[in-house]
Amino acid sequence: MVIVGLCLLGFLVVLSFILGYMERKVAAFMQIRLGPNRVGPKGTLQIIADTIKLLFKEGLTPKASDKFLFNLAPFIMVITSMLVVAPLAFAKNFQIWDINIGVLYVSAISSMAVIGILMAGWSSYNKYSLLGAMRSGAQIVSYELSIGLSLITIVILTGSLKLSDIVMSQAGGWWIFKGHIPAIIAFVIFIVASTAEINRAPFDLAEAESELTAGFHTEYSGMKFAMFLLSEYINLFVVSAVAATLFLGGWMPLHIGSLHGFNHVMDYIPSSVWFFGKTFFVIFVIMWFRWTFPRLRVDQLLNLEWKYLLPISMFNLLLMTAIAILGWHF
Amino acid sequence: MSLLGEDVMTEDGEFVINMGPQHPSTHGVLHLKVWLDGEIIKKVQPHLGYIHRSIEKMSENLSYRNFIFATSRMDYLSAHMNNEACALTVEKGLAVEVPARAKVIRTLMAELTRLSSHQLWWGCTGLDLGAVTPFFYAFREREAINGIMEETCGARLTQNYMVPGGVMFDLHPNFQARTKEVIKQIKDKFDEYDQLLTGNVIFEQRTKGVGYISKEDAVSWGCTGPMARASGVSCDIRKLFPYSAYDQVKFEEILDTGGDCYARYMVRMAEMKQSVSIIEQLIDTIPEGEFQAKTKAVIKLPKGEFYQRVETARGELGVYIVSDGAASPYRVKYRSPNFSNLSALPHMSKGAKIGDLVAIMATIDLVIPDVDR
Repeated sequence: MVIVGLCLLGFLVVLSFILGYMERKVAAFMQIRLGPNRVGPKGTLQIIADTIKLLFKEGLTPKASDKFLFNLAPFIMVITSMLVVAPLAFAKNFQIWDINIGVLYVSAISSMAVIGILMAGWSSYNKYSLLGAMRSGAQIVSYELSIGLSLITIVILTGSLKLSDIVMSQAGGWWIFKGHIPAIIAFVIFIVASTAEINRAPFDLAEAESELTAGFHTEYSGMKFAMFLLSEYINLFVVSAVAATLFLGGWMPLHIGSLHGFNHVMDYIPSSVWFFGKTFFVIFVIMWFRWTFPRLRVDQLLNLEWKYLLPISMFNLLLMTAIAILGWHF
Repeated sequence: MSLLGEDVMTEDGEFVINMGPQHPSTHGVLHLKVWLDGEIIKKVQPHLGYIHRSIEKMSENLSYRNFIFATSRMDYLSAHMNNEACALTVEKGLAVEVPARAKVIRTLMAELTRLSSHQLWWGCTGLDLGAVTPFFYAFREREAINGIMEETCGARLTQNYMVPGGVMFDLHPNFQARTKEVIKQIKDKFDEYDQLLTGNVIFEQRTKGVGYISKEDAVSWGCTGPMARASGVSCDIRKLFPYSAYDQVKFEEILDTGGDCYARYMVRMAEMKQSVSIIEQLIDTIPEGEFQAKTKAVIKLPKGEFYQRVETARGELGVYIVSDGAASPYRVKYRSPNFSNLSALPHMSKGAKIGDLVAIMATIDLVIPDVDR
């Protein structure tokens, strides 16, 4: 068990390196520039160089801060984001912990990240940090609802909270195709709400560089800052992986009805490639709108959730229930 | 908990934050003291003077040829227009007739500067509203204009190209061809700008109805330039008191009645198109002849007072010189557009959110060295 945990830890760190590199490259190409291209082949070692730099930097703690909470906050952030990885199915028969309340576990643990953010903002003894933490609290608590409701639509179709069951139920076709329009709406709402939940642009109000300098992590430096960065990338991966598992069939290959030849070819692609392909597709989409949209204002952010996303997802849930009861889905 | 101690809150329970002098959105060393009630702004107080270099006082010890170049460092994004304003004032005092070629060159350079200044503003507005990408797109075109400047003037930002009587050197042989090429490129990119920012739902939500200032208020705060024109005040000096070659070209004064951030944004976007049209009208018909009128080596203005105003990218710049007949001015005073525009900020941002304050500052288009001088 310990070995598995350590392997997972290593995997997540490497993954966040890859995501960091990917983000910089995606941003660069959207912004008509080249991105990192000096350290290592095509700049691939840039993130490692950055990590080494952050490791050797002095971790400053503000004099007036609450030192215990200040130092605890980054660990809580990283721990919560890493815990969510446990029930994910990375490939066929490759799942670390197939818990029977998988979906509930994912949404419960991921909502704990707000504690870390509030803790960081509160203990920093910085007004910008406090404002950022306040914003983040309001934001994450609100968007949790939409995420939960859009996850439930798929749970209704599957009849199980177990992530392995959900993946198996998509053997004949992914839920986004089988579940009619409600599944597509749920998918879109999930992507929007989870972008807000992991504090990424256009919902990065907790950091809001041009307004709050760096929001809740203004006072953090060195490795503690790097841990916030690490948790951001792991969160990004987790959210995309959950979207891929629930809506895009997890490790299930793409099958189209009765085209047996085509389906057969698709089966030859390893299941882990399918899983990571789908996950990285969702990650790319989230990065895409990070680099093209302006940031919302805090009241508009809450309006979007309470006046639009929440009513839509409630109605969507009813619609999906009707479809599931009447058996209209494929 | 020490965080909510009396050092954070005022006696009235207000939350005070100091934005600046080092803050990502103040574009320089502006210090805003902001009284907050949660996210809502109760009061804003700008604190100035962090980059005061006493340019006006320095000018009293510089010759009439030299003091012009100190103004490049005021509104560094409109360096040409600043220099032009000073050169025009000195010419007024000397009663020198500027050659037709120099007039056209001055106008062309001023409009290129306006274009590049508005492009920088466009990128920074995106940046302030949280969209990083426009910044890079804006710099692509700005870079091309800077290339033209470098070729002809020898400098990219503080060009120092205007001298009393005309311009310092003749145009570079490549100037016409290169400018045409760049103008064509910029014209193609306007659609891209609109796609990236103007039409965006979030952008419209962030700017529409934010930072409203009425026509009357804009006049009484002394706002000029695109900011006043967005509130419906007709104040384009190029149109009202034409100087250089502006009487030879056709262009529209862009007016809007919205008075909010979105109106200010649209006015500047339309102004870029007008600048392109002015350049297109002049680029093929640059008259031949002298580029500089003959002036004495040591310029001495006659005793008296001289005033000239020009339209910079941010508004009306007035240059007021008092001369006692010596080789350097007795007193110089600049009426800088940014100082007056900034003075309306507390009025505009009352009751707004923190995010709005950033949007308002972005659409005022502040250049802090011009405020402090």
